[in-house]
Amino acid sequence: MTLMPRNRANHPVAYAPGYKSSVPRSPRLALIAGSPTATEQTGPVFGHELIGKLDNNLILNFTGEPAIGERIIVHGRVMDETGRGVPNALVEVWQANAGGRYRHKKDGYLAPLDPNFGGCGRTLSAQDGSYEFMTIRPGAYPWPNGVNDWRPMHIHFSVFGASFGQRLITQMYFEGDPLIYRCPIVATIPDKAAVDRLVAPLDMNRALPLDCLAYKFDIVLRGNRQTMFENRMEGL
Amino acid sequence: MVQPLGYLPESASQTAGPYVHIGCTPNFVGIHGIYDQDLGLEPFPKDAKGQRITITGVVRDGVGKSLNDVLVEFWQADADGKYGPGAQGFARRASNFDTGEWELTTIKPGAVAGMAPHIGLWVVARGINIGLQTRLYFEGDDHSKDPLLNRLEHQNRRNTLIAKDTGNGTWRFDIQLQGEGETVFLDM
Ligand SMILES: [Fe+3]
Repeated sequence: MTLMPRNRANHPVAYAPGYKSSVPRSPRLALIAGSPTATEQTGPVFGHELIGKLDNNLILNFTGEPAIGERIIVHGRVMDETGRGVPNALVEVWQANAGGRYRHKKDGYLAPLDPNFGGCGRTLSAQDGSYEFMTIRPGAYPWPNGVNDWRPMHIHFSVFGASFGQRLITQMYFEGDPLIYRCPIVATIPDKAAVDRLVAPLDMNRALPLDCLAYKFDIVLRGNRQTMFENRMEGL
Repeated sequence: MVQPLGYLPESASQTAGPYVHIGCTPNFVGIHGIYDQDLGLEPFPKDAKGQRITITGVVRDGVGKSLNDVLVEFWQADADGKYGPGAQGFARRASNFDTGEWELTTIKPGAVAGMAPHIGLWVVARGINIGLQTRLYFEGDDHSKDPLLNRLEHQNRRNTLIAKDTGNGTWRFDIQLQGEGETVFLDM
């Protein structure tokens, strides 16, 4: 198996002056490209013993008492660029509470902490790459960047595929949120289609009547190719 | 028209943001009771074969300030140059909120498949829009045949990938995101 080269056109640019933190933190020299080696083609494999029973339930996993907010299921598949499901991918998520406040000493936003909301969860994808979380819908929040910049409602995702070279951190946005296309962090991605692929649609087929709504968020990691020609015997 | 190739585009990266710790190292920021311990604390079991080493470093921005909100991940081979099994060889560190320093105690990796001993690093933080891949090699090792280092035409850029030997099994590896001495970042 060989990782396919990363198509940087699908990604944000490093230096995006609209997102001020990127100005001093963006490399200015060209990345050094090369074929992936064993270091990029292998990666940590996490076992199911890592995952606790409530790890993917952010409504209950902090104190056992339910967090306040709009109850939702977030589900989808981790796939690679060939469309194959990625099994056993470790998916870690974090988010603000329903008021838009993070449980973090650096977040001093006016909205109150929810005593029953920690804000993180994790799961391992199934054989077909599918995963799901139960959580509350995070609130939008203001942040110091421009004079009046707001983050749209979002959930942060960290994904481990089968290899270190597939490592990805991204964010999921919610269908219909008018703040998405006003956000300077979203705007670091020049390709509108690539932005749209981070917006999870409402999925009434997975909503539970009288219980919760659902959003579907598929995640695509770098692809792996395998051909006879790559495995040819010496001299052929 | 021709048949569509049918590949799916990779999902776009987004910055890990200032609160990456909540998701990746919750115990480090005082969110206890969800996970027993943070992921990637110990890359190898206590009795793993090889030389125990400690690496410390900071990640600096273009104005020379150490990032106190950076998350660094490490992936390396064992002393015999083998990856795995399981998550062995993986580590994750959040930098200190005051000093910006991270510290990793691990095993010195063996050489892997024609490459000099090295550790793969992946760096994310607020202001970093897509995770930065780089490598840490060790001062004093023979790097003359390492294919990656030999690709770098500027000697001073090559040095950005080599950790300084600070004696007694300790090493120093600072990453410069931008400007003078900018670290080599990889697209591999
Ligand atoms: Fe956020």
